[in-house]
Amino acid sequence: MDKQRRKFLKLAGASALAGIGAPAVVKLTASNAVASSAPDAGHGAAPAAHGDSHEAAPSGVRLGMVFDMRAFEKDPKLLEGAITACNSAHNIPHFEDRKREIKWIWKAPFEGVFTDHSVYHSGKLVKETAFPVTCNHCDDPPCVRACPTQATFKLETNGIVAMDYHRCIGCRFCMAACPYGARSFNWQDPRPYIKNYNSSFPSRMKGVVEKCNFCGERLALGQEPACVEACKGTGAVVFGDLNDPKSEISKLLDKEFTIQRKTNLGTKPSVFYIV
Amino acid sequence: MYNKGTIIPGLIIFVLFVTFPIWFNGLSAGDLPKPELPAEGTQCVRPAGEMRESHMQLLNEWRDNVLRDGNRSYVEVGGKKYRKGLQMACMECHTSKEKFCDTCHEYASVKPYCWDCHLTPTEAASKKETH
Repeated sequence: MDKQRRKFLKLAGASALAGIGAPAVVKLTASNAVASSAPDAGHGAAPAAHGDSHEAAPSGVRLGMVFDMRAFEKDPKLLEGAITACNSAHNIPHFEDRKREIKWIWKAPFEGVFTDHSVYHSGKLVKETAFPVTCNHCDDPPCVRACPTQATFKLETNGIVAMDYHRCIGCRFCMAACPYGARSFNWQDPRPYIKNYNSSFPSRMKGVVEKCNFCGERLALGQEPACVEACKGTGAVVFGDLNDPKSEISKLLDKEFTIQRKTNLGTKPSVFYIV
Repeated sequence: MYNKGTIIPGLIIFVLFVTFPIWFNGLSAGDLPKPELPAEGTQCVRPAGEMRESHMQLLNEWRDNVLRDGNRSYVEVGGKKYRKGLQMACMECHTSKEKFCDTCHEYASVKPYCWDCHLTPTEAASKKETH
C-alpha cells in the first residue's frame, strides 16, 4: 500500500511539472520557428486581423455607395426625394413619434454622422447641409456577430448585410451592436402607418428589427437602388462594386478624397462621403 | 378484480371523453374545403398533389434561395416567368387569399404567419400607389 502511494505521488508530481512546463516549451520553440523560417501565410495575415488596415480584401463583389455632398448641397430637395423613394419602395411606415421611427435612409447633421471628426471652424456645407445616412453594409459587420438566430447575415455573393425577417426574434442585440444606428425596431404593427403599399414588397411585423438592404430585390431585376434612381443625373449617389477597378464607384473613389463613418472601429464600412 | 363497479364505468366515461372530438360531429369530418382555383391556367409550379402536400416546404426553400443564397432566379410556369415569392408568384394566379389559402387553413386549423408581413392582394389593393 505504502509503496503504491509513493509511486502515485511521484507520477502525479511529474505530470504536474510537465503540464506547467509544456506551454512555455511550446511557446519558445514556436517563436524560434517563426524567427528562423520565412513567415508563412497564417502569420502574414495576422496584422490585418488587428484592424490596423482599413483596406478590404479585394475578392468577389462588394457593393458600396458614395454620397457626393456637393450635389446634395446644390439641391436641398434631392435627399428628401431619395428618402421618399426608399420609403415607398420598401413599405416603410411613418411615425410622428421619433422613438418609434423606422428608417432605412435618413438625414442627420455632420456632427451626428461623423462623431469622431472635429467640427471647429467647419465650412458652410458641413454646417448647413443635411447628410444622408444609411446602413454601411460593413465588411466586418458587428450586427451579424451579435445576432443569435442568424437572422442578419452578410451575403457572400455581393457583401450586402441582409436580413431574414422570418428568423428575427426581436432581441435587438443587433441594434446595440451597430455603431451607426442603422437599425430600427418595430414597436407596433407598422401597417396602419404605411401610406401606400408597394405590392411587390412585404411589410414588416411587430417585433422585428429592420434596415436598409441595398435594394437587393431591385438589383435582382437589374434596377438601381431606389435612392440612387431618385438622384439620377446629379451624381449625388454612386453605387457599384468596390472591388471592380473599372466600376464607376471605384474610379470615383480613386479620384476623390472620401471619408467614412467611425473607421476606427474596424467595421470597414462600404458607404463613403465626399465632403 | 376489486372495485369493478367503479373502474369499468370510469374507463367507459374516460374513453368517451377522450374520443369526444371524433363522435361529437356524428363521425363526420365536416365539409371538405373547396379552394377556388384560378380561372386561367391549369398548371402550378409543381403538380397539384405535391403542392397540396408540401407547398410550405417549397415556400421555405424559396425564402432561403432569395434571402440567403442570393438566388432570385425565376420560376417558369406555362411559359410565364415569375419571381420567387408569395406575393410575386403564388398570388399572381391565386388572386384571393380568402378564397384559396384560408379555405384549407381554416379547415385544418393551421395559422401560418405569412400575412403578418406579406401583403394579401386585398391588403395591397387597399392602399395602392397612385402615381
